[in-house]
Amino acid sequence: MKSTWVIAKRELGAYFDSLIAYVLIILFLGLSGIFTWFFVRPIFLVNQANLQFFFGFIAYWALFLFIPTITMRVLAEEKKAGTIELLSTKAITDWEIVLGKFLSCLILILISLACTLPYYITLSMLGDIDHGAVLGGYFGLVLLSASYISIGIFASSISNNQIVAILVALLISILFHFIFDVISNSFRGTLGQVFNYLGFSSHYESLSRGVIDSRDIIYFGSIIFIGLLFAQAVLSKRNWKD
Amino acid sequence: MTINITKVKIAGKTKDFFMAIVVEHLTKKYGSQKAVDNISFEIKTGEVVGFLGPNGAGKSTTMKMITCYMAPSSGIVKLDGLTNENDPEGIKKKIGYLPENNPLYTEMAIIDYLKFSAEIQGVEKSKIPPRIREMIDLCGLNPERHKKIQELSKGYRQRVGLAQAMIHDPEVLILDEPTTGLDPNQIIEIRRLIKKLGTEKTVILSSHILSEVEATCDRILIINKGEIVADGTSETLRHQVQGKELLTVQIEASDKEVVKKALQKLPTVETVQSMNEKPDFYLIQSKSDFSSRKAVFDLCVGQKWYLLEMTGIETRLEDVFRELTVN
Repeated sequence: MKSTWVIAKRELGAYFDSLIAYVLIILFLGLSGIFTWFFVRPIFLVNQANLQFFFGFIAYWALFLFIPTITMRVLAEEKKAGTIELLSTKAITDWEIVLGKFLSCLILILISLACTLPYYITLSMLGDIDHGAVLGGYFGLVLLSASYISIGIFASSISNNQIVAILVALLISILFHFIFDVISNSFRGTLGQVFNYLGFSSHYESLSRGVIDSRDIIYFGSIIFIGLLFAQAVLSKRNWKD
Repeated sequence: MTINITKVKIAGKTKDFFMAIVVEHLTKKYGSQKAVDNISFEIKTGEVVGFLGPNGAGKSTTMKMITCYMAPSSGIVKLDGLTNENDPEGIKKKIGYLPENNPLYTEMAIIDYLKFSAEIQGVEKSKIPPRIREMIDLCGLNPERHKKIQELSKGYRQRVGLAQAMIHDPEVLILDEPTTGLDPNQIIEIRRLIKKLGTEKTVILSSHILSEVEATCDRILIINKGEIVADGTSETLRHQVQGKELLTVQIEASDKEVVKKALQKLPTVETVQSMNEKPDFYLIQSKSDFSSRKAVFDLCVGQKWYLLEMTGIETRLEDVFRELTVN
């Protein structure tokens, strides 16, 4: 556990030493701010104190697009530079490496999300806001982000090319993001339900309404775990007997 | 826990040599190709061993298996009672490794990087700062210590690589081609550093530069096509290949044919050739395990010929290497 944290700390340092972290936070904050307050369905025109549009549209899309850009480097870069060999020959397991990387990305996203808290605080002063829905919304965003991160880390593990990593991450993410929903709409009955269940949106929507259901948590937890497990399996491929 | 002890009699006294590393029947297959084929060897504590071999011989693969970077297809690595199968993390803790091409997090500052390496190897928190200072002194990083790694020259980067490998005070140091890409001055400095380390630690280094291995190592393992083809000190390896003594002699006498015939008649001499390009020079090959030096000298004294020159031809390690690795 301690080595996981050492890895995560170094990774976070790398994000903040380069411009990645700042650019990400500014872009995320700027985009979500502009769209929440001024464009498309500006809060002042709608005249309702809620963050539905932020949770349902802006953050939902922004995280889908931004997260692969931070996860694409995590393993691909190490593989390309050969530093993965250095890391793997220290007294840590592949699982700790993957977990440390996951933790660093998650913390970076948590910081970005924390920067949007002033929206909530301002709105709650302007009118009656459904605190439960906001809390659920943030909780949903964290789970959603963690799932994208996990998928992104797996994508980053399969290649030493960052472009391949980001494209694969987007490809897998878009399936969960809306392709499964689109498929589910064209099927009736069980098949439709299965695809509806597989997509992120139904689980995320109920969370962002403030309904915290253990089934949704288990769903996101499974996606996160499977993604990290696959990433670790790809890293451990070098140990195959032939 | 098993510790491998070999009792070796030296000058009547029994000495215990602890085996630092024991490698048994190590094989690594990539698909159908065998990169390393059933290698076994033992390395004693405190030995400096050089892996020598052409590119692609399996040196790096062997090192990667010893460092537990990858698991062997079959075979076992033992270090201090630990094996690669039951405790790879334990082995990693006891090994300091400098991979080929010295990969580093170039965006990090030297001190941050050494701190990271120490933390991840589980060095106690209170011991980290003195350890970093020690490594910076030992590796001669002092003038550059506040820089980022990407601002360093290749020689200094190599020192950072060595410093990170030793930060947790490992028992065994494994260096994969530690001097590639350095200029001659840097090579000499890194070699000096390795020699200094070799007095305290068990060191395995790989190289395809023969003079380097000869200059730094107590023992040489020549690896070719995944197999060990020779194992010993540079002298024993030379002897192994050479076998027969070769001499060039210059004898000044009136009749060259008489000299040649007289040399031929010496009991220890197998063949005599006159060297066409140099008059008065002869190339003498002795019978195996015999030396003809004294006999040639006595002959010249007896016949009142002037012996102007007598030189033994030493087999160079290059010749040994070519002999063992070509075909």
